[in-house]
Amino acid sequence: MKRVFSFLLAVSLMLTLTTFFVSASADSLPVIKIASVTPLSGSQAAMGEVIKNGIELAYKERIEEFAALGFDLQFAPQDDQADPKVGVSIAQRLIEDDEFLAVVGHWNSGVAIASSEVYNQGNLAMISPANTATEVTDRALPIVNRICARDDAQGPAGADFLYSLGLTTVFIIQDKTTYGQGVADEFKKRFEAIGGTVLGYEGITAGEADYSAVEEMIRATGAEAVYFGGIYPEGGLLIKQLAEKGIDVTFLGPDGLDSEELVNIAGDAVIGTYYTSTAAGVANTEKGAAFSAAYLEMFGNEPVGYAAYGYDAMSVTLNAIEAAIASNGGALPTREQVVEAARATSGYEGVATNITFNAIGDNIEAKVYILGFSEATYPAEVIKSIAVTEFLKD
Amino acid sequence: MQNLKKRIKAESEGFSFQDLQGKQRVYFIAGVLFIIAMPVWLLLDPGNSVAFVLFLLSLLVIQKMKLPTWIKIVIVAFDLVLVIPIVGQTSGTFARVATMVGIYAILSLGLNIVVGFTGLLNLGYAAFYAVGAYTYAIFASRQAGKFLSFGNFPLSGNWFWLFLLIALVVSGFVGFLLGLPVLRLKGDYLAIVTLGFAEIIRLLFNNMNSPINITNGPMGITPIQAPMLFNIRLNKPVDYYFIVLGLFLLTVLVIRNLQNSRIGRAWVAIREDELVARTMGVPVVRMKLLSFSIGAGLAGMMGVVFAAMQSYVDPTSFTFMESIIILCMVILGGSGNMQGVVIGALAVIVLQLQILKDVSNYLTQLATNGALNLPAWLNPAKYERLIFGLILVLMCIFRPNGISPEKRVLKIRQRLGFAPKDSGLPPLDAKEVK
Amino acid sequence: MNQLQTLVKIIPQLLSDGLTLGFVYAIVAIGYTMVYGILEFINFAHSELFMFGAFVGTEVLLLLKSMGILANMSPTLALIISLLVAMVMSGGLGVAVDRIAYKPVRSAPKLVPFISAIGVSFVLQDVVRMVEEAKNGNYYLYAPTLFTRRIQVAANMVIPEKTLYIVGLCLVMMAALTLFVNKNKWGKAMRAVAQDRDTARLMGINVDLVISMTFLIGAGMGGAAGTLFSVQYGSISPYSGFIIGMKAFTAAVFGGIGKIPGAMLGGILLGLIEVFGASFLGALTGGVFGSEYKDVLAFTILILILIFKPSGLLGKPQGEKV
Repeated sequence: MKRVFSFLLAVSLMLTLTTFFVSASADSLPVIKIASVTPLSGSQAAMGEVIKNGIELAYKERIEEFAALGFDLQFAPQDDQADPKVGVSIAQRLIEDDEFLAVVGHWNSGVAIASSEVYNQGNLAMISPANTATEVTDRALPIVNRICARDDAQGPAGADFLYSLGLTTVFIIQDKTTYGQGVADEFKKRFEAIGGTVLGYEGITAGEADYSAVEEMIRATGAEAVYFGGIYPEGGLLIKQLAEKGIDVTFLGPDGLDSEELVNIAGDAVIGTYYTSTAAGVANTEKGAAFSAAYLEMFGNEPVGYAAYGYDAMSVTLNAIEAAIASNGGALPTREQVVEAARATSGYEGVATNITFNAIGDNIEAKVYILGFSEATYPAEVIKSIAVTEFLKD
Repeated sequence: MQNLKKRIKAESEGFSFQDLQGKQRVYFIAGVLFIIAMPVWLLLDPGNSVAFVLFLLSLLVIQKMKLPTWIKIVIVAFDLVLVIPIVGQTSGTFARVATMVGIYAILSLGLNIVVGFTGLLNLGYAAFYAVGAYTYAIFASRQAGKFLSFGNFPLSGNWFWLFLLIALVVSGFVGFLLGLPVLRLKGDYLAIVTLGFAEIIRLLFNNMNSPINITNGPMGITPIQAPMLFNIRLNKPVDYYFIVLGLFLLTVLVIRNLQNSRIGRAWVAIREDELVARTMGVPVVRMKLLSFSIGAGLAGMMGVVFAAMQSYVDPTSFTFMESIIILCMVILGGSGNMQGVVIGALAVIVLQLQILKDVSNYLTQLATNGALNLPAWLNPAKYERLIFGLILVLMCIFRPNGISPEKRVLKIRQRLGFAPKDSGLPPLDAKEVK
Repeated sequence: MNQLQTLVKIIPQLLSDGLTLGFVYAIVAIGYTMVYGILEFINFAHSELFMFGAFVGTEVLLLLKSMGILANMSPTLALIISLLVAMVMSGGLGVAVDRIAYKPVRSAPKLVPFISAIGVSFVLQDVVRMVEEAKNGNYYLYAPTLFTRRIQVAANMVIPEKTLYIVGLCLVMMAALTLFVNKNKWGKAMRAVAQDRDTARLMGINVDLVISMTFLIGAGMGGAAGTLFSVQYGSISPYSGFIIGMKAFTAAVFGGIGKIPGAMLGGILLGLIEVFGASFLGALTGGVFGSEYKDVLAFTILILILIFKPSGLLGKPQGEKV
């Protein structure tokens, strides 16, 4: 016991000394902190990482701008591990630190929904680059905005496309998450409405590997196509296992499949798979090319997935903060002001998409893309691009 | 009450400062300074993580110090009733950590009744926790409205207090139902069955969202109403702390009484040698069921608090890892001993919630400022499992009877020269027998 | 009824899937049962030995692929190489775990080694995760496809070649083990130690060595099962071991813990129940319980079996000495 005691004392002394050193680096400029919250570990780390990179690029480009206005802009990336609990606990920490004025995140809709309840309690603005579930904005929280399309545009777009290929029977699988189940349900509604037949609807558990029962059920029903509401770790496995079993179906999924990992997992079986996405390659435009070059220089590889959306979301956030600073006479804005300014974003021309938020925070200028793999390489080819206004229910 | 006073007085005597010599005096003085300095430092600088951790450690140290019991009680009361709430007003995070410690302390006490007192290995304790949490979550949110055609949901926070009782009963009943068929099983088999049962509960909650949506499946239930007292919303972290503190004191009182009653002694008898206990007329099955049910009920009650505090429940909060963490708190603290168990809870939560997260935040800060670039995989907050596992293995090898084992039983065994079968104590050394 | 009819058509496929899964469970279950037979101790970390073997085997395959050899090599050969490497390494790890974490607490009351095993399990999970994240940035590992051919066995029954190889290898391993335990000197020593440790010691058997051998073989088989699992399903994570381990332990108990034939029987039965259950649950319950309830089914069966036949299908009830 004595040894433990002296050890404790020694440790306490060391820690005390360190805190003095660390806290002695206080700055004189008022601090504005922005957090990004995406999965940086786990099966979806690839997606979360590129979004964070996009956000970071936008941040680094504008540090000086904010310094000129008299503010020390800081960026705090967080890892929500694609787990709503972790998201909630991060959110609770964020709302308590007054220096945080905005959050850019998440990747998983389930995490976003749970976390945004907490952000709302703290009046912290949240701009989402990639959350597509309808419930994210349907709750009409003033703080939540998203720059990507919604699942009630993505699902129907997928259904229309599948039907247009002449495939009228489909078996639906979903991963039982808010996102997966949501988009699968939207697909189902539309597909049945336009005359298609849904031969089966099953849920699988994410994180498992044995889907043989569901796959055999697909074979038994003889469906021509499979719609999978879910993300690439499971999607890739399904594609691969279906091919190995010789079950010949056309596979269609939502933007959760939009990742290089899909090709890594499924290999050649990915040829002939389609997916809808709310993001697409940006290199074609001038702005996009400039962004790609800057991204390549900073991170060493081309931007993929939602990186450009992360960039745009952060840009919009920073613009909102600047607007709030201006309307506050150049002083540090309050969180409420940032929330208002964010919602008021209109006509912004971003790298990946143009952004105008409507009354509940949806981007009315968003688009849905349909992509397909003609070879086993990522990214897939864009086959169609549809404006969400086609699906808006006004 | 009289007994308590007498005991405190008795334990205070036989201590005097003069008895200590040399180095012992130094440690004693250092200890006293530590115990007094930490709360003071924390009060002066409430935002300081290091101060908070050391303050929590000081609570651990108090227990071990050779001081008159009444002084210890005063200091602990001061710490718990004054320092933490005051600090908690400024820093919600600290209040939340303190509350989590309280919740897990009660959970550990509950499991201790089953594992420590009665000697039944329950690997699925989180299931009862889940039942309580979901019971409140379903009715205190819009969830109930999705499958019930009557009633106005969410129920207001005023129902929170009633739900503490409801969950106690419901979870207790679930424990009873589980206990009925499985209490005949021996040791390892019982363990696996409780594990299987907990998995069943978790999977049920994960899948009961179609055809009727009862639990909303993996998407979880949110938001959940905070408790209300006389129509004042109690959803600041400090409020939860007081609720948990109150429940903790209540629990300790109840368990103390049980422990010293016939029921408590029956439990210990069952633990030491079931066959003999049965022969001596102890109603074994009834006692086992009681132990299971009470343990389950306590977990259910805490589930309600957890659900209200987090305002979000989903099945991933109630995995096997959760059950094991609680079990480890019981074992590490020294099963059978209430004090030890609470200490186990404190130690584990501080490590898991505070220290690891702080170190990792600190390192992340350094990385963002460009001072030190740590690769993503070396983030300490992710090593919780590793550290936890190492602690378990090391504790088992070096201190298998926990940090502070049940002294009463230890003394009895020493006097009788027994090497007991299935308790948490190691076999006897010849030297220790008088 | 229509749904049931469509399902009946695929029973042969379900059979092949169920048997594959069942054999994997059986091999893992054997590891649990061997250690329990000798030490009356549930090696909680066995699921992690399975997972470790899966990672080792998959990494070997990925290594072969990156060296460019995999495409030109016979897939059977590749599989056997990765299996052998996985078995050796898992076996070694099993022995090491025993020496470090179980041996020091051998004489302690039963709860203590159990907790120690849980600790080991956590440590292994995180270490593997650490290594994989450092290497690949992601702790999920995806196995390259080895067998792509399918064999037409009957009119509408097509079995992937993979299944035959996996089931075949499992049978070989089980046969080898049975021969070993029954005919070999070491096998006899293991059975002796399992029956009565002290008498075996008096008879001159080096009990510690026998215990180490048990861990070696049990863990080795677990590791082999891991590699086969990875090849069959294509993906493995540090947390895959836990659920497989629990089900395999269920199977071992199901068949009668401590008895190797019991573990084999229990494993195969459990695999079949799981696959058939997953497919038919939805049809049989009118959509109330779908395929996602298959684990609930497995655990419920475990609990029921233990209630009505506490020593398992092939086990004998043990009397208690007063």
